[in-house]
Amino acid sequence: MDSTATAATTTAKVNQWDGGKSPFNVSYGKLMMWIFLVSDAFTFSGLLVSYGMVRFSADSWPVAEKVFNALPFTHIEAPLIFVGIMTFILILSSVTMVLAVEAGRRMDKKGVEKWMFWTIIGGITFLSCQAWEWSHFIHGTGLGGASLTSNEYGPPGFAAFFFFITGFHGTHVLSGVVINYIIYYNTVRGVYNERGHYEMVEKVGLYWHFVDLVWVFVFTFYYLV
Amino acid sequence: MDTEENNVVVEPVDKGKVRHILKVAIILFVVTVFEFIIAFTLTAGGLKTSIFVVMTIIKAFYIVSEFMHLGHEEKGLRWMIIFPTILVIWLIVALLAEGSYISLERFF
Repeated sequence: MDSTATAATTTAKVNQWDGGKSPFNVSYGKLMMWIFLVSDAFTFSGLLVSYGMVRFSADSWPVAEKVFNALPFTHIEAPLIFVGIMTFILILSSVTMVLAVEAGRRMDKKGVEKWMFWTIIGGITFLSCQAWEWSHFIHGTGLGGASLTSNEYGPPGFAAFFFFITGFHGTHVLSGVVINYIIYYNTVRGVYNERGHYEMVEKVGLYWHFVDLVWVFVFTFYYLV
Repeated sequence: MDTEENNVVVEPVDKGKVRHILKVAIILFVVTVFEFIIAFTLTAGGLKTSIFVVMTIIKAFYIVSEFMHLGHEEKGLRWMIIFPTILVIWLIVALLAEGSYISLERFF
């Protein structure tokens, strides 16, 4: 073995991993948030992939854009329009969240308050849209609607997975809104100004973007494909 | 309250950073609009599905790399997160193959 090469790699490793600093250059809390998000990503992968398996094993499958083709306050057929609006709302609330993080880096309390407020509004709007979508799906078009065991549109698995996947995602959005509100409340109270940094905003930001990320996949694999 | 706030130095808005955020946001919007166009113009099939999958990966990349800032973190952290999720590919292959086999057994 080449002794100089070994020495070189040892020094490189010692520099990064000999303690005293985070080798990943992030705080403990942020690292733990990332690890949590990886495990949560597995949960969602499990749900979406098993959805795929059930779909592949069925002989027929409803076309999602024909099922979800209603728009509130109207009776026109508008495939994908409503879910498209929901997607834009969630992306937009992700954008306001990045702006809140950016304001936090500058210690701009007013900026964080403003953008966190809009992020919470976006989350609540998304949840309201989802509530309408669920209600419409459950009541159906007069042929019995959908539940966990029956489904007027096709195989019961389609409805069951719809409730499980969008429900699990919606629960994430709901807890995201609650956590965002707590952070907003603390910001208004001046907790983070006193602490000297706004890292908590970055941590909830990670969670909120993850929720947006999951929706991107749910949108594609439940509504588009 | 006032004295507390006066101690904190608020830096001015970083215009370049905000412009970068808006650029990423516009990319996400354009990709989503493109997905809609594809949804209404192409007939269902392998091509349509692969376009959707590619578009989804592009969107996921921008959200994780820019919004979640992972693209600007340490290499070790990036791999710690990306490597385990790559393993999901096998889960997809295995379960979809299993699903097709069940369908063959049941209906043919």
